Amino acid sequence: MLSRTAADLFWTGRYLERADFICRLVDATARLASLPSTYGGDPTAWAGALAAVGVADAFAASGAEMSEANVAPFLTIDPANPSSIRNCLERARGNARAVRTALTLEAWENLNGAWHEVERFSGPNLSRARAGELVETVRRAVLAFDGSAHRTMLRDDAYWFLQLGAAMERADNTARLLDVKYHLLLPRDEPVGGSLDYFQWATILRTVSALTAYRWVYRDTVKPWLVADLLIFNTQMPRSLASCYDELVELLDHLGRGSGRRGPATRTASAVQHGLRNTNIEAVFASGLHEFIGRFIADNNKLGSAVAEQFLF
Amino acid sequence: MADSFDEMNGWAGSGPRAAYGDVRRWLDETPPEILQTRRAQAELLFRRTGITFSVYGDADGAERLIPFDLVPRVLTGTEWARLERGLIQRVEALNALSADLYNGQEILRAGVIPPELVSLNPQYQLAVAGHVPPKGVFVHIAGIDLVRTGPDDFYVLEDNARTPSGVSYMLENREMMLRLFPDLLQRSQVAPVETYPDLLLETLRSVAPERHDGDAGIVVLTPGPHNSAFYEHSFLADKMGVELVEGADLFVRDDRVFMRTTEGPRRVDVIYRRIDDAYLDPLFFRPDSTLGVPGLLTAYLAGNVAIANAIGTGVADDKAMYSYMPEVIRFYSGQEAILPNVPTWRCREAEHLAYVLDHLPELVVKEVDGSGGYGMLVGPHSTKAQIEIFAQKLRAGPERFIAQPTLALSTCPTLCDSGIEPRHVDLRPFVLTGARGVKVVPGGLTRVALTPGSLVVNSSQGGGTKDTWVTG
Repeated sequence: MLSRTAADLFWTGRYLERADFICRLVDATARLASLPSTYGGDPTAWAGALAAVGVADAFAASGAEMSEANVAPFLTIDPANPSSIRNCLERARGNARAVRTALTLEAWENLNGAWHEVERFSGPNLSRARAGELVETVRRAVLAFDGSAHRTMLRDDAYWFLQLGAAMERADNTARLLDVKYHLLLPRDEPVGGSLDYFQWATILRTVSALTAYRWVYRDTVKPWLVADLLIFNTQMPRSLASCYDELVELLDHLGRGSGRRGPATRTASAVQHGLRNTNIEAVFASGLHEFIGRFIADNNKLGSAVAEQFLF
Repeated sequence: MADSFDEMNGWAGSGPRAAYGDVRRWLDETPPEILQTRRAQAELLFRRTGITFSVYGDADGAERLIPFDLVPRVLTGTEWARLERGLIQRVEALNALSADLYNGQEILRAGVIPPELVSLNPQYQLAVAGHVPPKGVFVHIAGIDLVRTGPDDFYVLEDNARTPSGVSYMLENREMMLRLFPDLLQRSQVAPVETYPDLLLETLRSVAPERHDGDAGIVVLTPGPHNSAFYEHSFLADKMGVELVEGADLFVRDDRVFMRTTEGPRRVDVIYRRIDDAYLDPLFFRPDSTLGVPGLLTAYLAGNVAIANAIGTGVADDKAMYSYMPEVIRFYSGQEAILPNVPTWRCREAEHLAYVLDHLPELVVKEVDGSGGYGMLVGPHSTKAQIEIFAQKLRAGPERFIAQPTLALSTCPTLCDSGIEPRHVDLRPFVLTGARGVKVVPGGLTRVALTPGSLVVNSSQGGGTKDTWVTG
């Protein structure tokens, strides 16, 4: 496969995954921010959302006041925000269009159709209802794209590169969410069930669509250290760091099989996977959750460079 | 308008033509609002598939749809058989002419065409003089523009022997009709066009230079997503199952062409390029080109890669050269042209120029190397001031222009906002030449001028397209 094609597919996967993440983040944040503060409502929720996407500085530079009315459009449709949902979708579609032939007609049509729908949402004063529609449209589009890719694409390099980008972005998103919220997840002695932080934890779980999954896995009330365990170590949970790295290693194996080579990306991914398998949540808390997450984000970025190096992007 | 031949209704008062029996019945039976609904449906589907083009100079660079008209253009099997013979004859002559102009120039020595048409032609590529491309084929893909003025009167309006576009619309328009009106197509026994990508692949494969290690590497070379025809480039690559590459994806080492892949370099044997000669190789042609591949010409001259169409075919589809095509056909084949030319005045000749300057209001004047409907004057549709400005251009550089009478192009029923109305059409069939001869898919791209009375069918100027049927 052409290196340029591989790179474009990789970024299509990444941008779609990011768009999906921001959709869920906006949804969950709006819910948290709308609670009365006596019930755990958090006026700083939107600042946290900006930090989780890594665009807090960009928002501050815009000079706008920190409020849902300003942050929600910034995260969803603002062209000035490089990571707005709209921009993510536009970039995913731009990358996909350049390598249109590497996708099936079904996959491409879903993405292109979604882009034309999103183009209709515009203006800085997106009403709350319209923002909700946009988020819903994009979530459905990403599902439709994934489904059509899964059902119609050959299992060859094109498919693996698309998934590789998605898995890396997924790992990055979960890690950044943890990075912003880690202080809420530290173990402490508190009366179970009564904590106002419950809504914060639920928000985290909603952002990775795992609120229901949590209950199936732990059969327990929401406890912060278990939330951290689920997001980091649980291999049944598709957005956990461990799951993402199992997937990344598998994808890189597929990609290496064609050339019979193992390169720097394969080695980096295996090392991170190994690291995740040989520790547990207690050890992580003992040595510092925040430091652990910081190291992971750095490692994941290193993998990005290694992928570019190995596949001659 | 009144004195144009109509493809469905014939001459005014002559009564409907048999070829359109099914289409006419269908138009009579289908309520207008259903047709308008289908039209909207078609537009939605085209947009969703991304069948768009961008217009150069458009401020927002937006992707636009080429309007698609639901009413098909119909040719009978008998009409097509004659067109096909004429097209094959013409493209054989274009290939013979290109081969001769770069090797031997017998036609110049025989005095059939004036030497300055070659020596002063910027499209003549000295760099490839004396080179015979793999299997001797120059014009692998030709788009021959035909116009019709009466039941049996077809003319060649233009030869496109460089990088003719539009074939994706021929294929997509048929897909759209099959999707929207399957019964109608079945009833009408329409010859399929869907074999085109296979024929194209076969054509390209047949000209691959001999190599004994592995399959021929075939690629489509595009200037990139910002090119107006990018959709077509990706469409063709996809249908053929070959890589769509940009210049930067290719490199030349030891006079061989490779593409950069995730598994290292892979050999390329045939390049279907959709980039003009001037941009192919910055070392030899335009040094500022970022679209091309440095060293490509050297690899080509070493015989290690086939380029379709060959470098330098622009000399054969020049509009001044066009005016000599009947003589060119006679020179190489000994036969008379089956499809006549439109009468053409060459402004490079003093008498012709004088006539043209005297008759500008009734003529169409074109630049010899122009395309896309740009830089031309349609006399009857121009103001006095426009004509005067054009006359000055003509006097300043007469050799850059040819002139033709304003033809009464045939019209075809077309779905407009107000209902079915006649609009002028032309036809571009696509002719493929490989190592094993010339092939034409039955049909082509019918372009339609959507503005009432307009004769300009180019998509860049608001033209639309129709499905083209060869029946029976």
